[in-house]
Amino acid sequence: MSHYLVKRVGYSLFVLWGALTIIFLAIRLAPGDPAAMMIGPSGTQEDIEALRERLGLDESIPVQYGRYLSDVIQMDFGESLWLNRPVASEVASRVAATARLAGAAAAIGLSVSFPLGIIAALKRGSLLDAAISVASLLGQSVPSFWLGIMLILVFARQFQILPSAGSSGWSHLILPSITLAMPLIGVLTRLIRSGLLDVLHDDYVRTARAKGLHPRVVLARHAMRNMLIPVVTIVGLQLGTLLGGAVIVETVFGWPGVGRLLIDAIYQRDYPLVQVAILFITASFILINLLVDLSYGLLDPRIRVQ
Amino acid sequence: MQSTQSSHSTHHDPSSSSASNVSSLAGTRPPRVLWQSPRFRLWMWGLPLLVFIGIAIVGPMIVEYNAVQVNITARLEPPGAVLTDGSRAWLGTDQVGQDVFAQLIQGARVSLLVGAATILIAGFIGLVTGVAAGFRGGWVDTVLMRLADIQLAFPSILLAILIAAVLGPSVVNVILALALTRWVTFSRVARAATLAAKERDYVLAARAMGAGSWRLLLHHIVPSTIAPLIVITTVEVGLVIIAEASLSYLGLGTPPDQASWGRSVANGRDYLNNAWWIATMPGIALSLVVLCIGVFGDRLRDYLDPRL
Repeated sequence: MSHYLVKRVGYSLFVLWGALTIIFLAIRLAPGDPAAMMIGPSGTQEDIEALRERLGLDESIPVQYGRYLSDVIQMDFGESLWLNRPVASEVASRVAATARLAGAAAAIGLSVSFPLGIIAALKRGSLLDAAISVASLLGQSVPSFWLGIMLILVFARQFQILPSAGSSGWSHLILPSITLAMPLIGVLTRLIRSGLLDVLHDDYVRTARAKGLHPRVVLARHAMRNMLIPVVTIVGLQLGTLLGGAVIVETVFGWPGVGRLLIDAIYQRDYPLVQVAILFITASFILINLLVDLSYGLLDPRIRVQ
Repeated sequence: MQSTQSSHSTHHDPSSSSASNVSSLAGTRPPRVLWQSPRFRLWMWGLPLLVFIGIAIVGPMIVEYNAVQVNITARLEPPGAVLTDGSRAWLGTDQVGQDVFAQLIQGARVSLLVGAATILIAGFIGLVTGVAAGFRGGWVDTVLMRLADIQLAFPSILLAILIAAVLGPSVVNVILALALTRWVTFSRVARAATLAAKERDYVLAARAMGAGSWRLLLHHIVPSTIAPLIVITTVEVGLVIIAEASLSYLGLGTPPDQASWGRSVANGRDYLNNAWWIATMPGIALSLVVLCIGVFGDRLRDYLDPRL
């Protein structure tokens, strides 16, 4: 297990380095002068020069890259141009809100899609199965920014029972987390249905049935456990997609998380802040995938040996 | 047709007859009526898509639309309202008096254009890199697949937001940003198909007969990657259309003077209290198109590979 652990952690660090490099290149190698873009059309030539020097953009690309990597290792990300505060503390102050939103959405997603997927698989070919499969495709098809606005329209404007923006209490969490959970419900329901259908035809399930076990025991003890292995991987990947979706949902609902900070920073052309916000979300995604990989190894001992 | 085929296979090919026995055990009987046939089930969902493509191509030529025109007398009219010039706004008008229906038609073209162009570019990059990685193996494979892993470390919408933000809002930039985030899936599928095809008997036979690498690639390997690539295209094109709309909603996609569904929803967000239709209509269009693509993709998979 420890060999497997070291290998997986090492590979995650490699991927993190690659992601850092892509973020660096995307901002530095874009057409146009990043300093001029950050200052905007109103700035003078002196302003632009001063900013170039402040951000170290007057150095060569390899020197900038070296400094960038050493800054990241020392967790020194510089100051926000727009807020004039260290960007790291700015992002840190938003992490809890994003975690709360993503956590609630994941909880909703899992608790809705498991029952739906299991029912659809057990009642395969029925009207209920067809209805669930259309509903789950619809969940994946509806763009979340629009779903959020429709929920605001119905529940905040029409019936006025839930707030449309803000983050103070539990009631503020309901609409954004449902919006964020919807694509997850779509993907997972379909996945759980097909995963369960796969194992229901396997020999050990037939054996368990043939020896007279109660259908519920067959389902819980034999079919579900084996279905979980592929599902866990996809859940991990989907949690990353959830972090991406959070950027949009937070913008729609004015939720004070890292995603909204990123979009605001883009509007303000605050590149140091953009860089750190993207870096933070990506690093969280990599960490989640690492944890999923490791739990995958725990669930299925065969994987560790390979 | 169906019966001659099955009797043919029972007489001459024992392996396929046992396969059809297995499928009848699993409960799939040959369809008896039209609406049960796989081809009908496929085109029932393909037809609305063709209608969408037709509207996106022809619609803007018929329905007049000028993105910067302002018509103050016709502001925020509800769906079905008759305007002062006697025309009817079937889906209402927006905050500057633009017809929402005309905006939808215009937006359909952007969605189709971005969807098609992104898939073509991402698919081409994916095909070339995937086949190269699978066929050559070695360091080419290692470098390309590590690059793919690194790129998959980003939630894909996040990378698209970063690239689109740096490049600035324009249709070409959106296509670039989305193609750069979407090639990886095509590449992995093309690689897997190449690896499978490389070991097939007909490829080994062609190689044994002295076929060169290029001939093997173009006549045997590449054609075998097309079917799986088409199947994931139906998944990817829906994701791309949603991603374009999301970028445009954030103001990072299409420029302000170009109507797109995402931008129209963003406009309507400020008028939810008195003009719900501005934000609602483009979202319905978007959801329906993506839903049709999704079901069509499912049916296409069933049609191409009935065993699943």
